[in-house]
Amino acid sequence: MGAETAGDGPVNEILLGGVELRKSFGSTPALDGAALAVRPGEIVAIMGPSGSGKSTLLHCLAGIVAPDSGTVTFQGQDLARLSDRQRSALRRSEFGFVFQFGQLVPELSCVENVALPLRLSGVRRREAEKTALDWMARLEVESLGRKRPGEVSGGQGQRVAVARALVTAPKVIFADEPTGALDSLNGEQVMRLLVATARDSGAAVVLVTHEARVAAYSDREVVVRDGRTRQVELVP
Amino acid sequence: MSIGHALLGLLETGPRHGYDLKRVYDERFGHDRPLAYGQVYSTLSRLLRNGLVEESGVEPGGGPERKRYAITDAGVTDVADWLVTPENPQIYLQSALYTKVVLALMSGRDAEEVLDVQRSAHLRAMRGLVARKQQGDLTDQLICDHALFHLEADLRWLELTAARLGELAKEVDN
Ligand SMILES: Nc1ncnc2c1ncn2[C@@H]1O[C@H](COP(=O)(O)OP(=O)(O)O)[C@@H](O)[C@H]1O
Ligand SMILES: [Mg+2]
Repeated sequence: MGAETAGDGPVNEILLGGVELRKSFGSTPALDGAALAVRPGEIVAIMGPSGSGKSTLLHCLAGIVAPDSGTVTFQGQDLARLSDRQRSALRRSEFGFVFQFGQLVPELSCVENVALPLRLSGVRRREAEKTALDWMARLEVESLGRKRPGEVSGGQGQRVAVARALVTAPKVIFADEPTGALDSLNGEQVMRLLVATARDSGAAVVLVTHEARVAAYSDREVVVRDGRTRQVELVP
Repeated sequence: MSIGHALLGLLETGPRHGYDLKRVYDERFGHDRPLAYGQVYSTLSRLLRNGLVEESGVEPGGGPERKRYAITDAGVTDVADWLVTPENPQIYLQSALYTKVVLALMSGRDAEEVLDVQRSAHLRAMRGLVARKQQGDLTDQLICDHALFHLEADLRWLELTAARLGELAKEVDN
C-alpha cells in the first residue's frame, strides 16, 4: 500500500524520515521513540488522540523543533547538521505549511498572502502574484484575490492557505488539522482540493488529523499514542 | 460474531466445563443474548472434531455436562489469528470487536493490535468510499457520505476504547 501511489522515483526511496524521535517539554515526554518515513508524493495521515504527540512529530519532521534525540533526514540529509539559516531556507523552498487557522497575514490581501513565500525568496511582485493567482484558481478561490483574510469564510481562508503552501512547488506539505475549524462540507472541500493539487504537483503530504474522514484522503495512516508511532501493515 | 472463537478464547485462561463456559460467556459477552446450552455443546463438539480443544478429565457422575475441555496448541494459534484478523467493516460490529478486545486482555495479548488492525481495515474501506465519491454524482456522494459517517462512528468508539484499555484490563482481571 502506498508504494504504487508514491509518485515517481524508486518505490522504496524515502523523501523524509524520522527515526527514534524523542522530545520532552519539561518532564513530560511528547515524543518517546517515534518514527515515520514518507516517500515522494505520498500522502500520510498522522492520527491519534489529543496530546499524543502528533503536532510535535510534525514539527520535528519539518525542522521547526529539534528533537532531544533521534534523527530527521530530508532527501538523505540530516536536518541537525544544517545551520539554522540552511534549515530556514529548506523550509521556505521545499516545505509548505497549512495549520488549523490564523496563518494568513491579516494586513495583506489574499493574493499577497499566497505570493508571500515567493516574495521572500526574491521573486518580483508581478510574477509572484501571477503564480499566486494560478494556484488560487486551482483551489477555486481566485476571485478572492483582493480581499483580506478577515473578509473571507473559514473554508475559503483554508483554501487560500493551501494555495500559499503550494506556491513554491514544495516537495512536502505539512498540514496540521487543516480542517479542524471547519464544518463537514467545507472540510471535505479543503481535503479534496488539497489532495488533488498535491498529487498534481507531486508533493508529499504529512497530514495530522484526529478525524477518520479526513484521514481517509491519505494513502496510509500512522497512529501516535503516548509519543510512540504504531504502523499497521494489513494483509491485502 | 464467532461463538466458537469466543469460547476458545475463554478456554485459554484454563480448562472449563461446558456449563461454566456458558456462564462466563453470558457474563462477559451475552448481555442481551445468553447462549443456549445446546449451542455450547454443539460448538464444543465441533471444536473437538477440529482438534482445537480436547477433553481434559470427566467428573464422576457421567453425562455430557460433566466433561471438562482444554484448549490445544492449534486452538491457541486459531485464537491468535482470529484476534488480529479485522472484522469486515460494517455497521454494528461493536460486539465482535468488544469480544476480541476483552479476550485479548484476558489472555495477556496486545489488545491495541486488535484495535489497530480494525482501524486499518476501516480506513481502507473509507478510502474506497472517498474515491468512489469523487468520481460519482451527487447521489453517489450522499450514499458514500452516509457510509463514511457510520464507519467514522465505529472508529470513534474504537479510539475511546483504545484510550480505556488500561481501565478495561483491570476490570477484566477481576
Ligand atoms: N511547546 C510546548 N510546551 C510544553 N508542552 C508542550 C509543548 N508542545 C507540546 N507539549 C506537550 O506535549 C504533548 C504532546 O503535544 P502535541 O504534540 O501538541 O499533541 P497533539 O498534537 O497530538 O495533540 C502534550 O502533553 C503537550 O501538552
Ligand atoms: Mg496538535
